[in-house]
Amino acid sequence: MVKIEHLVKRYGSNFALDDVSFTVEKGEVVGFLGPNGAGKSTTMNILTGFLSSDSGTAEINGVDILEHPLEAKKMVGYLPEQPPLYLDMTVEEYLNFVCDLKKCAYDRKKHLKEVCDVVRISDVRSRVIKNLSKGYRQRVGIAQALIGNPEVIIFDEPTVGVDPKQVIEIRNLIRNLGREHTVIVSTHILSEVQATCSRIVIINRGKIVANEKTEEITRTLEDNRRFKVKIAGPQGEVLDTIRQKPGMTYVEPLPEREGDAYAFLCESAPNTDMRKSLFYTCAERGWPILGLEPIGMSLEDVFIKLIDKKAETAKKKAR
Amino acid sequence: MQAIYKRELRAYFTTPIGYVTVAIFLAVSGFFFSLTTLQSQTTDVSSYFTYSLFVLVIVAALLTMRLFAEEKKLRTEQLLLTAPISITSMVAAKFFAAETVLLGMLVLSTFNLIPLYLFAAPYTAQIVGNYIALFLVGSAFIAIGVFMSSLTENQLAAAVATIGALLFLLIMGFANQYIDLYVFRYLINWLSVYSRYQNFTYGIFDYNALLYYLSVCFVFLYLTVRVYERRRWA
Ligand SMILES: Nc1ncnc2c1ncn2[C@@H]1O[C@H](COP(=O)(O)OP(=O)(O)OP(=O)(O)O)[C@@H](O)[C@H]1O
Ligand SMILES: [Mg+2]
Repeated sequence: MVKIEHLVKRYGSNFALDDVSFTVEKGEVVGFLGPNGAGKSTTMNILTGFLSSDSGTAEINGVDILEHPLEAKKMVGYLPEQPPLYLDMTVEEYLNFVCDLKKCAYDRKKHLKEVCDVVRISDVRSRVIKNLSKGYRQRVGIAQALIGNPEVIIFDEPTVGVDPKQVIEIRNLIRNLGREHTVIVSTHILSEVQATCSRIVIINRGKIVANEKTEEITRTLEDNRRFKVKIAGPQGEVLDTIRQKPGMTYVEPLPEREGDAYAFLCESAPNTDMRKSLFYTCAERGWPILGLEPIGMSLEDVFIKLIDKKAETAKKKAR
Repeated sequence: MQAIYKRELRAYFTTPIGYVTVAIFLAVSGFFFSLTTLQSQTTDVSSYFTYSLFVLVIVAALLTMRLFAEEKKLRTEQLLLTAPISITSMVAAKFFAAETVLLGMLVLSTFNLIPLYLFAAPYTAQIVGNYIALFLVGSAFIAIGVFMSSLTENQLAAAVATIGALLFLLIMGFANQYIDLYVFRYLINWLSVYSRYQNFTYGIFDYNALLYYLSVCFVFLYLTVRVYERRRWA
């Protein structure tokens, strides 16, 4: 279990973290989501005892990281943003060193083999880390965090620089780890946490914006009614027509065109699906629709949406 | 602590730095030995040991510049500082690794003395005293180098700062005789690495000096620990 309460971290007059609190229960996989500079790495560094906070507490299984650092650190495996690798060592030597460092009590040979198999680096064990590709280095970094089989596992952007096939493997690994460990994974890719995590904590500019079950967030995002449509017809007339449709809140012509077809970005009012009626309208006018695709939300949109939702519920409560 | 000690010791000899340092020390001290002792046809080794002091300045800088600066640069310190070991044992492990190399180097350099024993009867107590003194001074130098290395992520800067600080400490002792003001002289004498060293060169075991060198080690290692503790709050 991981518990963070009222963390504040300032750099000069900048708040990197501004009153951040959340809890992760045992056996949960939590996605820690936020754009660049949101404070994800800072939170993780405080949680692992690398940095200190200006105020607030961080606990691992009830042990305060500042008061009993050695005990708390024993229970954590951490992959920092930049994997902490000694480039002039071989993978084997490096992992042995980490075993020594963490005073790992398992049977050395067997444990190393298991860890290497899990992250698939068995074939490079005798290679010098300097000569490994970025993706392999990342995996050695993950292996390092798994050594000693710690109860709490913290990964800072584990899939950066890894090829798509490996990304899927790492996601599976994280899901599997979640069965027996408490896992926190940071990322700035929404779909990534949706694929692996049971709960999502979203942070922006040092403040927690949302802390909800993954389904909950997915549902919030589903009533997103933004789509891109490509219609063959006179641009100005088409634009006017679809703008005037009831239920359409926003239409914008896009620079993209294909022959005589123009693209438009449309957004409809919440809980209304405009796609069918748009089809009939265009059919009536004799403007063929060449393409129609929903547009996913960017992280920024998600924030705006979540903040709006929060404000709304707060208003409701106030009434 | 053992893990870090072993890794550091290994790192000295998987990178050229360990060999280069040992080679420099042996070559230069051999050269000084033949110049000051063999060529002058004397069994008095005191000037040999005085010159060795200056070689130790370079040696200490070379042995310590990497210790913390590199970890900071490569971000590997993040592994050490989030592992279940204390900052104190991390600093101690690195210090002892450098000490081990220093000790090995001093032992190897005793080969210089073989001709002396073959062809003459040198004053053994003086030689032993000098070696102990060299080791103590070397330890103090290394502690200072360790501290410098913890201040920067640039190895070269660490080395230059170490050499600068150590030379200053040494020269302060030599320049002392030209200072008129007694209080000043007394103060410098007290601080000086060199003045403490002299008794050993006469073959006298000076407990005050021992205490002085050990305190220098403790103070600078303590400061290094503080640097790390403070950095977490920065
Ligand atoms: N050593 C430092 N000195 C000054 N400001 C810092 C320092 N470290 C981090 N910051 C600031 O703190 C804020 C949070 O940084 P942090 O690295 O935690 O972001 P992040 O969420 O991990 O971003 P990313 O996705 O880019 O990794 C940023 O605004 C950053 O500029
Ligand atoms: Mg980060």
